[in-house]
Amino acid sequence: MGAFFHRHPGLTPYLLLAPGLAWLGLFFLVPLGYLAYQSLQSGVYPGFEFSWEVSNFPDALSEYREHFQRSFLYAGIATSVSLLLAYPLVYWIAFRAGPWRNLFLLAIVAPFFVSYLIRTLAWLNILADEGPVVGLLRDIHVLGADEGVLFTTLAVVAGITYNFFPFMALPLYVSLEQIDPRLLEAAKDLYASPTQAFLRVTLPLSAPGIVAGTLLTFIPAAGDFINAELLGTPKQQMIGNVIQAKFLESLDYPTAASLSFVLMALIVAGLLVYARLVGTEKLTG
Amino acid sequence: MTTTAVTAPRARLGLGARAWKAAKRHVLTVYAALAIVYLMLPIAVVILFSFNEPTGRFNYVWQEFTLDNWVNWDSVLGLRESVVTSLEIGVLATLVATVLGTLMAMGIVRYAFRGRGATNVLVFLPMSTPEIVLGASLLTLFLNTSVFTLGFWTIFIAHVMFIVSFIVVTVKARLIGFDRHLEEAAMDLGANEWTTFRKITLPLLAPGILAGALLGFALSIDDFVITYFNAGGEQTFPVFVWGIARVSVPPQVNVVASAIFLVAIAIALGNVLWQYRAARAQRQGAP
Repeated sequence: MGAFFHRHPGLTPYLLLAPGLAWLGLFFLVPLGYLAYQSLQSGVYPGFEFSWEVSNFPDALSEYREHFQRSFLYAGIATSVSLLLAYPLVYWIAFRAGPWRNLFLLAIVAPFFVSYLIRTLAWLNILADEGPVVGLLRDIHVLGADEGVLFTTLAVVAGITYNFFPFMALPLYVSLEQIDPRLLEAAKDLYASPTQAFLRVTLPLSAPGIVAGTLLTFIPAAGDFINAELLGTPKQQMIGNVIQAKFLESLDYPTAASLSFVLMALIVAGLLVYARLVGTEKLTG
Repeated sequence: MTTTAVTAPRARLGLGARAWKAAKRHVLTVYAALAIVYLMLPIAVVILFSFNEPTGRFNYVWQEFTLDNWVNWDSVLGLRESVVTSLEIGVLATLVATVLGTLMAMGIVRYAFRGRGATNVLVFLPMSTPEIVLGASLLTLFLNTSVFTLGFWTIFIAHVMFIVSFIVVTVKARLIGFDRHLEEAAMDLGANEWTTFRKITLPLLAPGILAGALLGFALSIDDFVITYFNAGGEQTFPVFVWGIARVSVPPQVNVVASAIFLVAIAIALGNVLWQYRAARAQRQGAP
């Protein structure tokens, strides 16, 4: 250590970083250690004991396989739908909205200014059986006279899609906005049809935005439990609902901790693959 | 632009292509309008139902217009306290996280040092971890050590932890475009490091720091998941809403949400207008 500091007299960066790193270390890294520690315990509340209970992981996985599958399925659908919904909108803002782009961009972020729970609850109003949406769907016979949208898989996935939409739209916008219009002109001059220009120039150049948006949408969506709780039934419960209930209601900390750990591990594994593909500097900005 | 040179083959294609382009442009604009309506719809509903006078327990169906909910916004037991707690934690956590995050951003951007990559990863990780894992792991720390009792201060700790990364990223963006010659000039004119920092660095960084702080405050006020795991019996506004959502949501909750939305949107709109004017002034100023 001494030799290290001797070779690098610049202690300043470490002093600047120390308080923040200490906070993240103590309240982000150390807790992950405690989560691992808790996940290897056995027993019944409040008498948990650390016993290298490795079987907690396969047990948790097999017992709640359906919840994991549902989480990744719902998150996957919500992410894909967000991408399809966001791309044309953001494309329009980046290339057609003119000087008022920022205003439209603000419209994308605006849902964030309404509390998460409350904008989810708003869908209870919109999709209520007595409401205009369900009424219309019944009139055109998409839904039967006694069918509704609320408390179905559709409602949960729609809620997740809406709630994480800005996470998809913003990085997409950033990547589209950076595209040099001269490249599209060049494509045109070289006889590319608008479709070809889009597929060969715009789409590849927006790939970083697609990847970032996919990640930023998928990760929180996979851990979500609010949409399933408020807009679904026990049949739509995701892994987040189980973790939440185990931690705060049935006080089964070891199972809850192993489930959190498995979720985290699955996501980190995905992230590492991604980091290898695009490089850490791009990933961390 | 360059089309004049290749008139013959393009002119024939031109008509169809132009019609298609016009249609596409039109379709795209209509789509964008619809998408924005979709994004705004729940917000409109939240505000609309803050003026509703529900007849039963549930505020799901429109009944009658009233201003009572706005006038008596705190008539629901526990609502005012939860809003106050949210604001207190928001302000405190934002202040601390802004200081920590700004210092970190300066360290990361301005110095080449061993561990820079690892630091970047450590800053990035909390942003890419699902909230439920952040909340759950912090809860296991608090459960397994007897130093902390769940409540106000554990929420504060949690909020600083998850906000700080966002502030680092925001301030970093500002620092990267920073002209260091200004600082060198100040030093050449005899200012010491502290004076240079106070008179040059800080004012130039201020927009980035302010943006980071606003983002942090917004995240703190809105956070439910991490807070819920570490709140114990303490109630922030979102925790209060969660509790009451299982029974029935009174319109006063919509009032508070609408008020928060209107304040936030006013600040953001002000910022957009200011940027627009600045951009226009710059264009006009240019020869």
